Amino acid sequence: MSRVVVTGLGAVTPLGHSIGSYWQNLKAGASGIGPVTLTPANDELVQKAVAEVKQFDPLAHFPEREVSALDRVSQFAIVAAREAIAQSGITFDMPLSLRAAAIIGSGVGGQTTHDDSFRRIYREDRKRVSPLTIPRLMVNAPASQISMACGLRGPAFVVASACASATHAIGLAFHMVRSGQVECAVTGGAEACITFGTLRGWEAMRVMSPDVCRPFSRGRMGLILGEGAAMVVLEPLERARARGAEILGEIVGFGMGADAADLTAPDRGGMVRAMRAALADAGLAPRDIQYVNAHGTGTAANDESETGALHDVFGTHAEKLAISSTKSMVGHALGAAGALELAAMLLAAREGIVPPTIGYLGPDPACDLDYVPNKARAVTIDAAMSNSFAFGGLNAVLVTKKFS
Amino acid sequence: MCDQEVMGADFMTDIASDVIAIIAKRKRADKPNVELSDRLDSLGLESLDGVEMIFDLEEKFDIQIPYNANTGNLRTQFDTVNDVVSAIESLVAQRKSPAT
Repeated sequence: MSRVVVTGLGAVTPLGHSIGSYWQNLKAGASGIGPVTLTPANDELVQKAVAEVKQFDPLAHFPEREVSALDRVSQFAIVAAREAIAQSGITFDMPLSLRAAAIIGSGVGGQTTHDDSFRRIYREDRKRVSPLTIPRLMVNAPASQISMACGLRGPAFVVASACASATHAIGLAFHMVRSGQVECAVTGGAEACITFGTLRGWEAMRVMSPDVCRPFSRGRMGLILGEGAAMVVLEPLERARARGAEILGEIVGFGMGADAADLTAPDRGGMVRAMRAALADAGLAPRDIQYVNAHGTGTAANDESETGALHDVFGTHAEKLAISSTKSMVGHALGAAGALELAAMLLAAREGIVPPTIGYLGPDPACDLDYVPNKARAVTIDAAMSNSFAFGGLNAVLVTKKFS
Repeated sequence: MCDQEVMGADFMTDIASDVIAIIAKRKRADKPNVELSDRLDSLGLESLDGVEMIFDLEEKFDIQIPYNANTGNLRTQFDTVNDVVSAIESLVAQRKSPAT
């Protein structure tokens, strides 16, 4: 079994189109949430606050004839993957290419293509859709497009588990590198589903905040939909060392499980089992963790259940944890969320700075832990945990360590 | 008059009978009928039942019901079935005579 290290990071987020800008803005406690522009904010739409990737110009990244085959979600995925690979310094020549995986999380794939194409025929009474409709919208497109754009010929597929997609994808890639099944993996998540139809669907669930996202706070009103992508390059420690790569952090544990209970209501017991499984996989005790990047969606139900689960797993150590929800700044990027959060967690450990939970108004009696309110904090982090709990009761948790 | 058919011993409006039919479709409690005086929390509504019920009501009456699951649940916002009926009647009246 190899130790698995991260040697590249890339991101396209509501707080910047690179890992550097994303991290600078997270540390500054900036908000990426604002009025929707990707679909007209007319009276048909109740939910007008979202966390969009702003001013993303595909032609700044791809030749025009390539763009026609790429839904926004695949554009984000490739841009983030290229940044991560460039940082890692790896070139996927033969034979490495054959043993390099692309395992990507996405909740719904090419939702913009879905909406635009079917609006044409159902609402605008047009007679045909683009011949690239299907290859753009297929949920595996982000993994396929990364494999083609970056020359990865090993295992490649998309993992879909709603809000836990990226964490499941990264966890699988981590285990494949650790066991030697592959020699390298590009993994993470991508999502771009801020469309009229999707927003209306989220509105109907009555879980959306009208303005900002205040995880764990008194007066929280729900979640804010986000989008973006984050990718990491994983490889065995010995390989990274042999080529003199800069090591950004280490993935040490992954745990997952299903609630087998309610379709949408969170289950504290299921959260606990996934966190314990990740700690066991890492060979760490609860007291070894200093920082938790929480699922922290800002809904009444999640934040209360997650707080309870953290008490159950960490006992009295829970009070000593620095816990934050970066969704307060970038919204909930669903199938990309776990990857955005892994990137934040790795950089937090590396720099010893925990990004804050912004929009925090004060304690809620049901959420009684330290959520690093409103302002980043210096914390010495040896090990950290990131939680993802999906609709459908699918839970996934990663544990990382600062590399030393 | 079609509403004669749904009038029982007590007078019941069209809206009330429609609301009762919509709530009855979602109830899980082992109880033959839904009455105006029934408390919502006695009807065994679970998780998504509430938002599905709201969807049915909005579709039926062409109204927008303000409701956020994070600031309370249906059972805390409406005590009885009759409270739901009153709220719907008021929203329907607003729709018919837009604010001046």
